[in-house]
Amino acid sequence: MRRLTAVELEERLDVHLDPALSSRRTAARPAADLAAFPRRKQDFVLHWGAVIARDNAELAYQFTAFAPQAMALMDLESVESWLLYAMDLYDKKGQMPAIRAFQEVADFAANQQEKLAGRALEDCAGVLERFVCGLNGRPLKILAGERTFTDTETCFLPPVVGRLPDKEANFRLYKAMAVHQWAQNWYGTWRGGVLLEAVESARLTGADLALVHALEQVRLDACIARDFPGLHRDMAALRRALDPDAGEADPHWRALVAPLEEPRADVGVSLGLAARLGARLPLPCCYRGELDPASVRSRLEVRAALERDRFRIALAQLLEDRDGAAPGEDRPEAETLPETRERLGIRRQEDPDSPDGVRFELFLDGNPVAPPDDVISTMESIIQDHGEIPPEYLVAAGPGLYRRGVGGEAKDADSAWAGAYHEEGAFLYDEWDMSRQHHRKGWCVLREHEVRPEDPAFYHRTLRKYGGLIKSIRRTFEVLRGEDRIIKRQHFGEDVDIDALVDAYADVHAGLEMTDRLFTRLHKDERHIAVMLMVDMSGSTKGWINEAEREALILLCEALDTLGDRFAIYGFSGWTRKRCEVYPVKRFGEPYDDDAKARICGINPRDYTRMGAPIRHLTGILAEQEARTKLLITLSDGKPDDYDHQYRGEYGIEDTRQALFEARREGVHPFCITIDEQGADYLPHMYGPANFTVIADVTRLPLKVSDIYRKLTS
Amino acid sequence: MQHVLRVLRPEEYFIVDEPYYEPVGDEIAVFEAAYQNGLPILLKGPTGCGKTRFMEHMAWRLKRPLITVSCHDDLTSSDLVGRFLVKGGETIWVDGPLARAVRAGGICYLDEVVEARKDTTVVIHPLADDRRVLPMEKLGELLEAPDTFCLAISYNPGYQSVLKDLKQSTRQRFVALEFDYPGSALEQRIVEKESGIDEGRARQLVKFAHMTRNLKGQGLDEGASTRLLVHAAKLMVSGVDPVVACRSSIAQALTDDPDMLTAVNELSASLF
Repeated sequence: MRRLTAVELEERLDVHLDPALSSRRTAARPAADLAAFPRRKQDFVLHWGAVIARDNAELAYQFTAFAPQAMALMDLESVESWLLYAMDLYDKKGQMPAIRAFQEVADFAANQQEKLAGRALEDCAGVLERFVCGLNGRPLKILAGERTFTDTETCFLPPVVGRLPDKEANFRLYKAMAVHQWAQNWYGTWRGGVLLEAVESARLTGADLALVHALEQVRLDACIARDFPGLHRDMAALRRALDPDAGEADPHWRALVAPLEEPRADVGVSLGLAARLGARLPLPCCYRGELDPASVRSRLEVRAALERDRFRIALAQLLEDRDGAAPGEDRPEAETLPETRERLGIRRQEDPDSPDGVRFELFLDGNPVAPPDDVISTMESIIQDHGEIPPEYLVAAGPGLYRRGVGGEAKDADSAWAGAYHEEGAFLYDEWDMSRQHHRKGWCVLREHEVRPEDPAFYHRTLRKYGGLIKSIRRTFEVLRGEDRIIKRQHFGEDVDIDALVDAYADVHAGLEMTDRLFTRLHKDERHIAVMLMVDMSGSTKGWINEAEREALILLCEALDTLGDRFAIYGFSGWTRKRCEVYPVKRFGEPYDDDAKARICGINPRDYTRMGAPIRHLTGILAEQEARTKLLITLSDGKPDDYDHQYRGEYGIEDTRQALFEARREGVHPFCITIDEQGADYLPHMYGPANFTVIADVTRLPLKVSDIYRKLTS
Repeated sequence: MQHVLRVLRPEEYFIVDEPYYEPVGDEIAVFEAAYQNGLPILLKGPTGCGKTRFMEHMAWRLKRPLITVSCHDDLTSSDLVGRFLVKGGETIWVDGPLARAVRAGGICYLDEVVEARKDTTVVIHPLADDRRVLPMEKLGELLEAPDTFCLAISYNPGYQSVLKDLKQSTRQRFVALEFDYPGSALEQRIVEKESGIDEGRARQLVKFAHMTRNLKGQGLDEGASTRLLVHAAKLMVSGVDPVVACRSSIAQALTDDPDMLTAVNELSASLF
């Protein structure tokens, strides 16, 4: 095909870049740059420019402006990963970082090699988290951060590591970083607040802190060498490769740090040594990262309060078990009960049978008591922070502490956190972007909300209205129900099949071969099905449709109850990606009782139909069920749809289709029952040719649904 | 390897050499007392912590044949009690392992009893209380157990599904002994004794086991059992590299999840 001229290019660019253009900024310049490229590359830029413009015209302009430079530096595949990287940034952090990413195309191209050989944290965070958890102590989370440090609950590591030539070596570097941070927590860099105090009393300044860290690293490495020789070998090899002139072999330095390598050395030794060394520059180390006393302090404060309260409540529990009455009932306001102090005690004991060689034993009235497992893990965490259970912790909680709740107030998904901007307590789900052919990571924010039960009058009305039908439904479904039956003429079984035996006997006398199928066996025919009903609660169902949906649900539930299949009902609705909602009407494991019936009556129309995230959420719940057959049945009235125009139409259909693909991969069979007459146009594409039913007449929905279910599962 | 094939009937299976067993508490005394009083015994505990070995040891100690039945969900009561078979044109009765054990006055050990169907476990009820008889319905006979007969069952309360819990009516007939993984020092001694591995390696293996037990509930259903440690140690004694031994005998046995496998392998590599 012919190469486009600058004028033609400008015309086409104007179409989708229009909102980002002005009298001072035209598409002439990018068009002129692009004119020099072959047609294939021109089309590539035009195509992606249009795709990005659907999200943000300004970004599309930036992309178009820097694309010529990018194509000069990299092949098309790398250019594509560059623009997807920028768009991911846009999804996660907004426009400015994305623009910066487009502008820094040269850096991206230079790092491309590194990126190819490097490891992304995303890919190995799961392994690292489990690895660190296995090592010992409190489990640590692994997150990407701009700086490499730990706040004692999370390890922050760089998002990509590419300093070494191959992926495996880069993984080892990640591992070394994570282990160093774990070692800070386990071997007590922060224990007892010694280091924090030194920082806060301004005895330590930034440069000194770095030196203390370097000395701590020597101490921690020595601990690791003692306990994990294999790990130490790996880490030493990394240092040889990455910090070749670290000067560690210097005998003077070795003599200086020797006390740190003693098994009994603690953070105090590092502090003391740092004070003597003065302004000496720390040696470099590839996995050390930095110390962040401020974030440790804030974490520690929250955790210390929480664990102290938990521990005291546990003590009150132990006292109650011993005395047969809750302590301090006469003082409802008291948070602690000082008189319990002398009844409680704790002793540290050498114990060769515990993995760390020591054990802390709790005493009540002079006798050892065995606290429950969750209290033991709280105690272990306290000991990890303080090196002991501080004496002031040893006092039972009073009723006042119970009332206040542990560590402040509890969070409630329905109160302040239901807003669009707080993502705490919510589930994050990916969404499929068809134009990018990529998932948008963590794009949808989904919450579970309670359904308010309503007057069950509707339920009883429905039962009356469909009385005859319900009887016949029950009858048909009873036939379906698996019954135990005796199968005859088996190779083995519980009992002799007399008929078969007589026949066989006759056969033998007639000179024929005798069969060995002489037994009867009891065959248990269990239905092993879990069904998830996903009910459309979008605004468009208001009125007739909603009523028909609820009626259909009630009839189906009666049927399912007869059958004994496990089932759950969830409603779904949504308003943009920040507010996807599912409403548990009946969860798996909950009985189909009056409450559940009242909640079915309480299903009300709400907002829009963003289907991808709810499908992913419910698939997850369904996948946890132990059943041979798992069904996800959607009751809906139309296409996937949302408030933002982007989701409407093809995008929404493709995302839903992708979510259903993912569900099938989990072993879930999706099926759709819709009343949208146009359903036959798009449903085969989403659900597959045989996995949907269109019911043209809403009033017939209740009649049909049970029928469909019967056909589906027999 | 020289091997003389011995074919034995189950009720003649006497254990001659003392099976190695390290007592953790007073389980031997409790078992013996229960045995003297004709009480049935229930062993609880996670897989690979020594329940079956304990039974072998007790059978040796009490000099009774040990008849073990591994229960599964197709196990029927006739599999335990016995059934009619057709032989040469006649039906003849063949005793099941439970009936054989009763006749021989041996020890019948039903391993992982909750795996069996609920209606199956009921047939042991008359044997497990003071009646001590085994009804053989199809023969129309009652088999009275001699004083030397002993019934023992085992189950793992940890991982089985809620559907397969032991019924109260069953469990309340038994004297229960709880088993768990032994303490570090003891576990190390067991690994040394069983495999002949040196002390340092045994210590590292036990440490590795604790690492995997840290992961229980974080993606692993169970941590490494003592039995797995012994397997790894035996491989190491035969000259297999420690990391490889841990990978093939412990990590692969614990999980199929690729991330978890990598993490467990990294853990073993960090020790050796």
